Amino acid sequence: MLTVIFDGIASGMLLFLISVGLSVTLGLMGFVNLAHGAFAMLGGYVCVMLLNQAQLPFLAAVPLAAVVAGLAGIVLERTLYRRLYGAAHLDQVLFSIGLLLMAIGAAHFFFGDQQQPVVLPHFLHGQINLPGLDIGIYRLFLVVTGLAIAAGLELLVRRTPFGARLRAAVDNATAARGVGIDVGSVFTLAFALGSALAGLGGALGIEVLGLDPGFPLKYIVYFLIVVAVGGSGSIKGSLFAAIILGIADVAGKYYVPQAGAFAIYAVMIAMLIVRPEGLFGRRLAR
Amino acid sequence: MAGAWLAESTVARFDRSGVARAARWHPAEWAFWLLAPAAYFAFPHHLVFVSQIAITALFCVSLDLILGYAGILSLGQTAFFGVGAYTAGLLASHGVGDPLLGLLAAGACAAILGFTTGFLVLRGADLTRLMVTLGIAMMLYEAANKLTSLTGGVDGIQGMKVEPLLGRFGFDLYGRTAFWYSLVMLFTLFWVARRLVHSPLGLSLRGIHANAARMPALGTPVDWRLSAIYTIGAAYAGVAGALLAQTTQFVAVDVLAFPRSADLLLILVLGGAGTLYGAVVGTIVFLTARHLLSDVDPQYWQFWMGALLVLIVMFARDGLVGSVLRLVRRIR
Repeated sequence: MLTVIFDGIASGMLLFLISVGLSVTLGLMGFVNLAHGAFAMLGGYVCVMLLNQAQLPFLAAVPLAAVVAGLAGIVLERTLYRRLYGAAHLDQVLFSIGLLLMAIGAAHFFFGDQQQPVVLPHFLHGQINLPGLDIGIYRLFLVVTGLAIAAGLELLVRRTPFGARLRAAVDNATAARGVGIDVGSVFTLAFALGSALAGLGGALGIEVLGLDPGFPLKYIVYFLIVVAVGGSGSIKGSLFAAIILGIADVAGKYYVPQAGAFAIYAVMIAMLIVRPEGLFGRRLAR
Repeated sequence: MAGAWLAESTVARFDRSGVARAARWHPAEWAFWLLAPAAYFAFPHHLVFVSQIAITALFCVSLDLILGYAGILSLGQTAFFGVGAYTAGLLASHGVGDPLLGLLAAGACAAILGFTTGFLVLRGADLTRLMVTLGIAMMLYEAANKLTSLTGGVDGIQGMKVEPLLGRFGFDLYGRTAFWYSLVMLFTLFWVARRLVHSPLGLSLRGIHANAARMPALGTPVDWRLSAIYTIGAAYAGVAGALLAQTTQFVAVDVLAFPRSADLLLILVLGGAGTLYGAVVGTIVFLTARHLLSDVDPQYWQFWMGALLVLIVMFARDGLVGSVLRLVRRIR
């Protein structure tokens, strides 16, 4: 029982890492980006390549994967995403579905459709056995990393000049421009940060969530739920939502495997009906 | 007194000629629909394929009504398509094999689902609608996938027996009956949809799409109009699903799968959302292209489809029909 909860928290941390960037683009900037999971997938594949082809150690490959995903985020934001910031939601949906299909097709082409294996370093193997609770070392590592990043993000957004500029740009872009904030670069940086975190989550998640070309599509609903339930751009909200979702998902698969993902969708719809603006929500963009 | 005078003069001066002209059938439209039966003689070996086009076009019209005209963002139109297909399939496998009856039942079931879920969908803003429609479709997919005793899961419904159409025309391997059946259904329902979008309901929907906040000021009950079109669109999708089930005599869980919704969106924006002909033309172009390129690896196909979608959004938001119409206008 406790083990299920702990595993749920660990996979919730992954969902949090991947989705927190989306909670900025979608939640705060109001851009419906269904291709967000593609950045996580990119991070995963980069990590696998660095591990298997370049023989890099795990702890070096994962941050590099995040960096590559972040750079891809910058390039795509500068060239494509930015043109659609003010566009109708339908256009954004179509555009991001297009990107999603391209990412899936490209992943198929380069890596084939099999699950990617990943070999963890020795110190992340094994379990700590407590009475009634088996803690996988790797999952403990995930939880610690996730909490550290959540704390770091909270500090970044609340305590730094960049955080202040981001909040200002999102609250009122026009006024922010008026006081001399370069809104465009702030958005680019925020987008890159979100993509990098997604890449990080994707790289760390190979062991838990798996990695194949269908990844961004398979988990898209999870990411959207985290944003919708967690509320727009709220780090704390995303963290709570991701953990609840992670526990519900793991427990559901463990106790009622025949129900499949049914419960997740039901919970999502119920949540959206009761609280259309999310648990810790600010107003939903438009 | 003054009020009455004002109302009377407004009515008198209100010019309806534009609306009436748009509702009239253009000769090009007649030509377009006369070409369809010609396909029977032109492509006698591809009748099954042509009926697939007709069915997908009908499905696409259903999304066009909801999204193109009313502006309701939906990623879950497969929910209704799937319900229609399963209704027809289950009826046929349980001894009610009359195709028209199955079609009617499928449309009714989908409409009921549309009407009830419509209340959930229409509550929210764009993003909520997107997720609720997607969620409903995914839920139905999961349900159909797990209830194998009823649906057969990925293997499909066993023992479907579709009786001959009108008691006379059996469904054969060459797809002759399927061809005429789907084509007549598409034309009939297209004709109804065309009447619909030029009716006061259709016009008010376009008003809602353009500015939902102002329409109540004109006395339009916005929620009920949206609910009505959502239900109608659901029924259309249900009929399309039933047509597919009956003409192929097969229903498996993939009728509810997400890629079908994504394809449908792509077809609609390719043809041009907000014009009924966009839905039909988009389907013809898309399915023909896929048919011709079917030798190519399906994964490549997905990549290029995605690229096409990005390009359309960036450069050709009106789709094929919209671009052609603009060209024609410029030439004049």
